[in-house]
Amino acid sequence: MHELSIAMSIVEMAEEESGQRGGARVCAVHLKLGALAGVVKAALLSSYEMASQGTVLQGSRLVVEELPVVAHCPKCLAPRTLDSPQWLICPECKSPASEIVQGRELQVFALELQE
Amino acid sequence: MTTGMIPQTRLVEVRQNVLKQNDIVARELRQRFHEAGVCVVSLVSSPGSGKTAFLEKTLTLMRPDYHVAALVGDLATENDAARLARSRAPVRQITTGTLCHLEAAMVRTALVGWELDQLDFLFIENVGNLVCPASYDVGEDLRVVLLSVTEGEDKPLKYPTIFNTSDLAVLTKMDLASAVEFDVAAAHSNIQQVRPGMPVLRVSSKSGAGMDEWLQLLASARKSRIERA
Repeated sequence: MHELSIAMSIVEMAEEESGQRGGARVCAVHLKLGALAGVVKAALLSSYEMASQGTVLQGSRLVVEELPVVAHCPKCLAPRTLDSPQWLICPECKSPASEIVQGRELQVFALELQE
Repeated sequence: MTTGMIPQTRLVEVRQNVLKQNDIVARELRQRFHEAGVCVVSLVSSPGSGKTAFLEKTLTLMRPDYHVAALVGDLATENDAARLARSRAPVRQITTGTLCHLEAAMVRTALVGWELDQLDFLFIENVGNLVCPASYDVGEDLRVVLLSVTEGEDKPLKYPTIFNTSDLAVLTKMDLASAVEFDVAAAHSNIQQVRPGMPVLRVSSKSGAGMDEWLQLLASARKSRIERA
């Protein structure tokens, strides 16, 4: 259970960004979360609520965009979206596909600031 | 904003990795390890899968030929460091308190005072946990995931991220395999399913079976690392 420390890092990062923009109020933090990032969305959301208490982020929303695993298929020579992070196999030709193109993301990609 | 109007919001792009602080420190460590010429191997697994026994055996077998050292992470106690010290290799315990994984900065702190260029291999035994250590790079060259035969063959499917971020899998306690009716072929295929192409070794730290292959693999990992440098 490392979601709380991850939530605290997100809050810290957003506070810093808000500070650089004259302390603008943050309404929402948008996060990209890959299926292979090893982070549970539900646990992260409840941790975020705790971590944001008493900060400029208090009351803000954490909007999580979940990303499926995309791997490069060595046979089709194309990126393929996999059905499950438990099965690194091309859904088209069934070849093992170990080269991951997407799915490890744990990235704050945008903030919604109040004008 | 005029009073009475609905507050307007604007979206600002940030694009920052949440674990960037850890990633930065891990990159620095990796650079230091490369410059010092030390090959760094981390071990991850669930608690009780035999990391410490495996590492003690490894250190003992390697000591005549190589300069080896180990860091070992646990929430509390120095028991593992005491066990590993029986190999007579330099060992340091990292106690994480309540933290369920090692972070790059803890490794950096634990290394203070050690002359890395005097070492051939440094082993980092992570906290026993198949979830959280997967997300934290500690600057290692090789991440080795252990799966003991007493745990069940489906662990890789239950914890795909840790298997997927590892470079090598080691099936431990093979001396108990038949007693617990462990299905080696099923474990192998589950590992390949979550990490196609990952090499899988079978060892028994107790009998020493499979240790030769493991030591050869370490030697060649170090060699290819020196050639790359």
